[in-house]
Amino acid sequence: MKFSALRVVKEALTGHKGWKPLWRNPQPQPDYDIVIVGGGGHGLATAYYLAKTFGKARIAVLEKGWIGSGNVGRNTTIVRSNYLLPGNQPFYEFSMKLWEGLEQELNFNAMVSQRGIINLFHTDAQRDAFRRRGNAMHLSGADAVLLNRDALRQKVPFLNYDNARFPIKGGLWQPRAGTARHDGVAWGYARGADMLGVDIIQNCEVTGFRIDAGRVRGVETTRGYIGAAKVGVAVAGSSSRVMAMAGQRLPIESHVLQAFVSEGLKPVISGVITFGAGHFYISQSDKGGLVFGGDVDGYNSYAQRGNLPVVEDVAQGGMALMPMIGRARLLRSWGGIVDMSMDGSPIIDRTAIDGLYLNGGWCYGGFKATPASGFAFAHLLATDRPHETATAYRLDRFATGHVIDERGTGAQPNLH
Amino acid sequence: MLIPHPLLGLRDAEEFVYLGDASLMQRPDPDSPTALTDFCDYVFLRDNPAGVHRELWFHEQGDRSWLVVTRNTLTHEILGAELATDAARPTVTQEPSA
Repeated sequence: MKFSALRVVKEALTGHKGWKPLWRNPQPQPDYDIVIVGGGGHGLATAYYLAKTFGKARIAVLEKGWIGSGNVGRNTTIVRSNYLLPGNQPFYEFSMKLWEGLEQELNFNAMVSQRGIINLFHTDAQRDAFRRRGNAMHLSGADAVLLNRDALRQKVPFLNYDNARFPIKGGLWQPRAGTARHDGVAWGYARGADMLGVDIIQNCEVTGFRIDAGRVRGVETTRGYIGAAKVGVAVAGSSSRVMAMAGQRLPIESHVLQAFVSEGLKPVISGVITFGAGHFYISQSDKGGLVFGGDVDGYNSYAQRGNLPVVEDVAQGGMALMPMIGRARLLRSWGGIVDMSMDGSPIIDRTAIDGLYLNGGWCYGGFKATPASGFAFAHLLATDRPHETATAYRLDRFATGHVIDERGTGAQPNLH
Repeated sequence: MLIPHPLLGLRDAEEFVYLGDASLMQRPDPDSPTALTDFCDYVFLRDNPAGVHRELWFHEQGDRSWLVVTRNTLTHEILGAELATDAARPTVTQEPSA
């Protein structure tokens, strides 16, 4: 079933009776060539690129709940490629390019909307650091514009420029960044993978690995044993729990990150604004709700809900940045569990067990990485070699000293 | 979250700074032949359990004591707290550091 304007018109005239489910609901086969654990954005993208780009068949995606029930449905939908370090920036720029072609690729409206992101700075030193970051972005082929105070004020006049503690001196603007419809991304990849023959098996929780002589043979699930030549784990948030079943300890702590949305308002914020100094970022959804958030709560958690001190902290950040937000009513808040890695950067690598591969450690930035993460993980699963943009995301980088610490805070996950 | 401080009673978790797994109190032996791997594991690897977790909290806005708090990471329920100095004593559950 292909989506097109013609099809929409035809369905409108025939009572919308021709739409079909976007993916099948197959029974698990006894064995597969490749099993992906985790039917989130990354797992589904991995399956899609394995089938589409790398020509693999006999692939299954096992999902504990339903498609899109985890972090891909709980994030704040921002896509961007404004990193600094050489291990990160080319990967995220690769992801940005995949976002730009995603809807044509999937024939699915993921509502990718490139309305820009602005990182605010408040001091000369911070401006210099952002200038350097902008140059690093240019080197990877990304776009970056350093805005001074006057240029910024023309774009976003409603900020509090004269905050006594953090006066706004300008911002680093990436025009190609933006937002996407998070559920649409999951559904688009699920539909694309399904059409290529991938079995998406929902309500199927992995309860163990069958490992024989250092090699993975398959997975035990709530729907029975499923054999697999290769198993890729893409369950960020729960990576430690799943990999513990294979006897692996990870450089990861699970933390809860909260997000918030206000009532629907008339368009006021065109893109994404981040106020790093105040631990606050905000954008406006297509429905008009202000979507915003801040820091992780800061303690290990698997609870999918945070506590009030961070709610208060985020609200204070919002009031400091744009006092008019005080007139908007908060509609909903929620929490998601994120893999906070020991250097703030992700892992896409083989593990100590042959045939078992890990994709995790995305901290609070996994959504923007979805296309590239899927592509790079598919590359690794198909060829046993890392994708050229993901060579730094090794599991052993902590032992060898090749950490990718954007924030420079060391092995303290709640500070990244 | 309210942390039952053994000396000060129930205190708001906001007064504390979180460090992480209480096993960080057991530093590896630097003279061991496997010290390099041991320290790498000590610094970077975590059990990260879903459920009961013993963890270090520092009472920065209070009496500046280190506590070992036992907390359920699935529910945020706090099951107990003791002074880290007590928790580190050999008579309790931990092995003395060599």
